[in-house]
Amino acid sequence: MIWDQIWMIIWTLLKIVAIVLPLIIVVAYLTYAERRVIGFMQGRMGPNRVGLFGFKLWGLAQPFADTVKLLLKEIIFPANANKFLFLMAPVITLATAFAAWAVVPFSDGLVLADINAGLVYILAMTSLGVYGVIIAGWASNSKYALLGALRSAAQIVSYEIAMGFALVGVLIAAGSLNLTTIVHGQAGGIGHWFFIPLLPLFVIYFISGVAETNRAPFDVAEGESEIVAGFHVEYSGAAFALFFLGEYANMIMISSLTAIMFMGGWYSPFSGDSWIAQPSILWFFMKTGFFLLLYLWFRATFPRYRYDQIMRLGWKVFIPICIVWIMVVAVVKVYRPDWIGG
Amino acid sequence: MSEIKNYTINFGPQHPAAHGVLRLILEMDGEVIVHADPHVGLLHRGTEKLAESKPFNHSIGYMDRLDYVSMMCNEHGYVRSIEKLLNIDAPIRAQYIRTMFDEITRILNHLMWIGTHGLDLGAMTLFLYAFRERELLMDLYEAVSGARMHATYYRPGGVYRDLPDYMPKHAESKWTKGKTLKDINSWREGTMLDYVEHFTNYFPEKIAEYNTLLTDNRIWKQRTVGIGVVSPERALQLGFTGPMLRGSGIEWDLRKKQTYAAYDKVDFDIPVGVNGDCYDRYLVRMEEMTQSNKIIKQCVKWLKDNPGPVMLDDYKVAPPSRVMMKSDMESLIHHFKLFTEGYTVPKGEAYAAVEAPKGEFGVYLVADDSNKPFRMKVRAPGFAHLSAMNEMVKGSMLADVVSVIGTMDIVFGEIDR
Repeated sequence: MIWDQIWMIIWTLLKIVAIVLPLIIVVAYLTYAERRVIGFMQGRMGPNRVGLFGFKLWGLAQPFADTVKLLLKEIIFPANANKFLFLMAPVITLATAFAAWAVVPFSDGLVLADINAGLVYILAMTSLGVYGVIIAGWASNSKYALLGALRSAAQIVSYEIAMGFALVGVLIAAGSLNLTTIVHGQAGGIGHWFFIPLLPLFVIYFISGVAETNRAPFDVAEGESEIVAGFHVEYSGAAFALFFLGEYANMIMISSLTAIMFMGGWYSPFSGDSWIAQPSILWFFMKTGFFLLLYLWFRATFPRYRYDQIMRLGWKVFIPICIVWIMVVAVVKVYRPDWIGG
Repeated sequence: MSEIKNYTINFGPQHPAAHGVLRLILEMDGEVIVHADPHVGLLHRGTEKLAESKPFNHSIGYMDRLDYVSMMCNEHGYVRSIEKLLNIDAPIRAQYIRTMFDEITRILNHLMWIGTHGLDLGAMTLFLYAFRERELLMDLYEAVSGARMHATYYRPGGVYRDLPDYMPKHAESKWTKGKTLKDINSWREGTMLDYVEHFTNYFPEKIAEYNTLLTDNRIWKQRTVGIGVVSPERALQLGFTGPMLRGSGIEWDLRKKQTYAAYDKVDFDIPVGVNGDCYDRYLVRMEEMTQSNKIIKQCVKWLKDNPGPVMLDDYKVAPPSRVMMKSDMESLIHHFKLFTEGYTVPKGEAYAAVEAPKGEFGVYLVADDSNKPFRMKVRAPGFAHLSAMNEMVKGSMLADVVSVIGTMDIVFGEIDR
């Protein structure tokens, strides 16, 4: 019995490593991809020099060079900063960003914790991430950082609601909070994916996701040109690297959740029996990659919202649309259940 | 615990949106600005005082460094002031060359402005697009003067030399070779004027590209419409000039109203705004680029058809040619006197202004019969604009300060001098 339990723990730990390690590498290469893709959109090169052993490799070693640089740098504590909280903040950000991955099904059955309240767990984890930002802003003892933290807190609280409502739509459509079951509800080709009946919710979910991860055009918490770097203005070295890691892990998270809940997860867009219609983890990766590309595309295209405009968008546009569409979905689900899902 | 209502925040001098060394002390109530207090002087280099200790000719290069994104327009203001004192006029070809380069400078400046204004509001891509085109124009500066920014090309009595009849080509390198090399050199086959013509044909398409990115962009509009509104009356009272004044709906442009160089001989329009907000000023400047392009086109046509001298034939102010110097005693003396002592300027005072990209750039000179100015005063448009900072941002949010700084098109070289 005891051996079973120990074996269970070791097996789970191995699975965690198997998720987190590739995730960190993907994050590293997402930063590289971001710079290359945006560079391409802006008519410039992006990093293309750093290589290994004298080979340039299109700059593929750049993320590692950046990591090493950040890890070797000193963490500077601002005067009168609360050191404990100052160091805790990036850890919280990172921990919640990684913890949410526990319930993400990469493929049929390929999930760390196949729990029934997966959706709620995800909402909880992504919301907890804001504590990292708030604590960082508070502990830095800097006006810029505090402003960034305040903005971030207000923004995430409001978008969490829109996001939650969008997920209620998914919940109604799939009839389950379990992410694997939600994907199963979308089996049978592109016509069965939830993004068609839930189109407004799908758009709102993804936009709220962009806002939730503090990415352009909703990056007021960072607000490069207004409050310099916002909540992490005082961070350097490894602590800064953790924030960075957390932000990008969250981006991947939101992209993969959008793929799971609205775009049929690991299912192929084609139906039938041919090889291309087979469900595969590759489909999941492709869909996630597409949404990540959208993230980068937004950043290269849009100006930044003002803080109160973001609030207005969240409260006065997204939430009403969500509520209306949830009612529509609910009514349809009761009277014409065959219209939604498989 | 004592209750803290307002707090102050130090915006700059090291700040990504401070456009150089602007230091704003913002008194804030949450995100709302209660009072904005701009501090200037961090880039003070004493240009006006320096000019008093140098012969007139030597200060032209300092003018480039005032507003370092509209270099030749500053030179033009200074050079015109000296010409007014000496009572001379540049030959017509030089006037056209000046007109063309003033407009090239205007495009250079507005490209820089749209890039940084966009970057301040988070539209990062436009910055790189604008700089792509700036490179092409910088090559023109280089072609006529050898310097890409601080040209020192204008002289009292004309311009330093005629336009070159070739454009330097890109050399072959590891990265640019074969077809790429041929493509980037294809504009450079003919004379410099051909190159400019290529540019004028190419540029409208690029303006359209900037417009697609921003003009109808909802976020861009939300960030600029109704922000930093200045009424026409107030704009006049505050001493606004240039696009800042025209954005408020007042049709005032020195190029038309107090014409100089060859502006009376070219056809162009003055765009004006309606509401006097950041968006209108944005539209005005975008349209000015189109108009500048139009002027450049006309200048190129005239310059191609009409060769002639570009410098006054008066050796008291303009150096004689090198060839003459080798054979002619008189010329040698003139050259020596010009390059050691300079020329003396008759007693008097003069103010001459040009429509620089940012507004009215004027130079007031007091001469006292010597070879150095007794006093020089630069009227920089940015200084008047910056003075309105508090008025324009009071009651709006922190993010709007960035919009307003962007729309003022501030460059500290000219404000602090």
